[in-house]
Amino acid sequence: MSDHEYTPKSKVGKWFNDRLPLLTLANHLTDYPTPKNLNYWWTFGGILTFCLITQIITGIVLGMHYVAHADLAFQSVEHIMRDVNYGWLIRYVHANGASMFFLAVYIHIFRSLYYGSYKSPREVIWIIGMLIYFLMMATAFMGYVLPWGQMSFWGATVITNLFSAIPLVGESITNWLWGGYSVDNPTLTRFFSLHYLFPFLILGLVVLHIWALHVPGNNNPIGIDIKKPSKDTVPFHPYIVIKDAFALLIFLLIFAFFVFFSPNILGHADNYIEANPLVTPAHIVPEWYLLPFYAILRSVPDKLLGVIAMFAAIFVLVILPWLDTSKVRSTVFRPIYKQFYWFLVADVLILGYVGAMPAEGLYLLIARVATAYYFAHFLIILPFLGFKEKTTPLPLSITEPVLGGSSDMAMARNNSDLKEKL
Amino acid sequence: MKIFLKLIFLFIIISSLTLFRANAAGEQQELLKVDWSFKSFFGKFDRASLQRGYQVYTEVCASCHSLKHLSYRNLAEKGGPEFTELEAKAIASNFEVTDGPNSDGEMFERPAKLSDKFVMPYANVQEAIAANGGAYPPDMSVLVKARKGGANYIYSVLMGYDEPPAGMELDDGVYYNKYMYGNKIKMSSPLDDDIVEYADGTKATVDQMAKDVTTFLQWTAEPHLETRHKLGFRVIIYLSVLTILVYFSMKKIWSRIETKV
Repeated sequence: MSDHEYTPKSKVGKWFNDRLPLLTLANHLTDYPTPKNLNYWWTFGGILTFCLITQIITGIVLGMHYVAHADLAFQSVEHIMRDVNYGWLIRYVHANGASMFFLAVYIHIFRSLYYGSYKSPREVIWIIGMLIYFLMMATAFMGYVLPWGQMSFWGATVITNLFSAIPLVGESITNWLWGGYSVDNPTLTRFFSLHYLFPFLILGLVVLHIWALHVPGNNNPIGIDIKKPSKDTVPFHPYIVIKDAFALLIFLLIFAFFVFFSPNILGHADNYIEANPLVTPAHIVPEWYLLPFYAILRSVPDKLLGVIAMFAAIFVLVILPWLDTSKVRSTVFRPIYKQFYWFLVADVLILGYVGAMPAEGLYLLIARVATAYYFAHFLIILPFLGFKEKTTPLPLSITEPVLGGSSDMAMARNNSDLKEKL
Repeated sequence: MKIFLKLIFLFIIISSLTLFRANAAGEQQELLKVDWSFKSFFGKFDRASLQRGYQVYTEVCASCHSLKHLSYRNLAEKGGPEFTELEAKAIASNFEVTDGPNSDGEMFERPAKLSDKFVMPYANVQEAIAANGGAYPPDMSVLVKARKGGANYIYSVLMGYDEPPAGMELDDGVYYNKYMYGNKIKMSSPLDDDIVEYADGTKATVDQMAKDVTTFLQWTAEPHLETRHKLGFRVIIYLSVLTILVYFSMKKIWSRIETKV
């Protein structure tokens, strides 16, 4: 991985490093040549690592006080909120932390979409990322079930019922997932167990994600290949570390605002009502970060096809590196794609909005159009655009715009335009 | 500094999404709004109002509604009604709890202690439903958090009893309420002027009692609200100072190369 051989200065260090090259690894991580033109959208990798660690630590503490039992779960959460020292803080950090985690991951994913970070040679990083995202959704969904409130119970019922749409074996699979004939205590205990396990799987995948990143190195806002190390790069420490720290602190300010002053705004009031299998809430809605997929699910009239559409919505993302045929990575040099990109952003936000609305009338119509457009973007627009679009010329290196007086994108474009004319 | 604008923009998107969702199920009448002392960054409870609210709860609500997640000791804890320990003990001793088994293997009754949970008005949900014409009087421990609109909603329902509009037929034991979902409620208007006598001389109007008991229920739902606000303020200050320091450190470090951050 490292571009140069590293030898520790001390004898002990050398002895140890010859046996387990941890110091070489540390040296690689601090010296890791990073493009110097990374903007703040690149700080979300660090922020996400922070989110994961926070969720794991707060989650472990919550697990010490939580009781995974249908009759006791709700009460044990109230016990945490009232009687455990700073239990309210730990639980609110964990609950809002999930939302902040998804906020960060959505920014991270859309960053990748904008700058073409999923393209060759970074397909494996992207696919591991999508696996992480998928596991995150599963983990968050199961975590939301644990307080055993009304939304926990009914959300779990709706989502697990999706599997019953599978022909022939659907019902058996659903019963197997439930551990019975409805969502009940066995469902809760297995969700707790898996909710505890999955974050560690995610952690493992994060290590692979970063490892895979360190092979080709970071993409950058201009999206061109760079030599490393060179004038175009800076060592990870201290340049990127301090920048990530700054961005993380801004992120933490927003995080803290939610935790301390608006801790329940992202949740649903019904989840403070203890689960009752006999009373169905008026509107069953998942957490905000799952709403776009929920909208896709409900926009298809047939249950099985709806489930397929929902999973397909994630799967098209996995195969995205091969759907996007354009060789140019950064949207900065793709004027037409840039417009479609923002259409997609709007489309996903609209899907999220209608996902929270009752599936009827105008909302349903909007959901259907937005779902159709979502798939059209990935399956029709992206493959064709790669062949049709006339991209603007790429600069030769990222130092070029820098030497031109600014690392500004517009300047980069002007410079390369100038060169063309000359 | 563009990053700040971008982040603020994102923040707005998120909050508007939640607002959209809050409106999702909202065909009902707009709630009455009260300028609660516990809202806002430095929000605190009005101690006297909490104590009066407790009185309204015990004398009016407690005959049907439980507060099963609370203990009598909570009444003397900081950030709550802050009764003295003696007062809280006296309150607790008014209630009988079943304890045991004793050394003879028998259950026995004794006056409640600070460590006991609030005594429930009914032995179980079924009894509560049977005694209330088929409607379960919900546990009030987290009721404020369990209703969209929170404290304003509880206050509005208490103030929302009215004559049903012309043409609306109500069954026996069903009452009209402007703010209740579906406008029908099985609880008759619980408050009447001077139904309780406040020890501090405050006039017990329906509005006053509704405010007091809502304040009390906000506390039962969020007993650590004051600590949360106080700690939150410190955390924000700490993070802001640290952010500024890190910002200038970053500028300094990046000034070694010509690229701007």
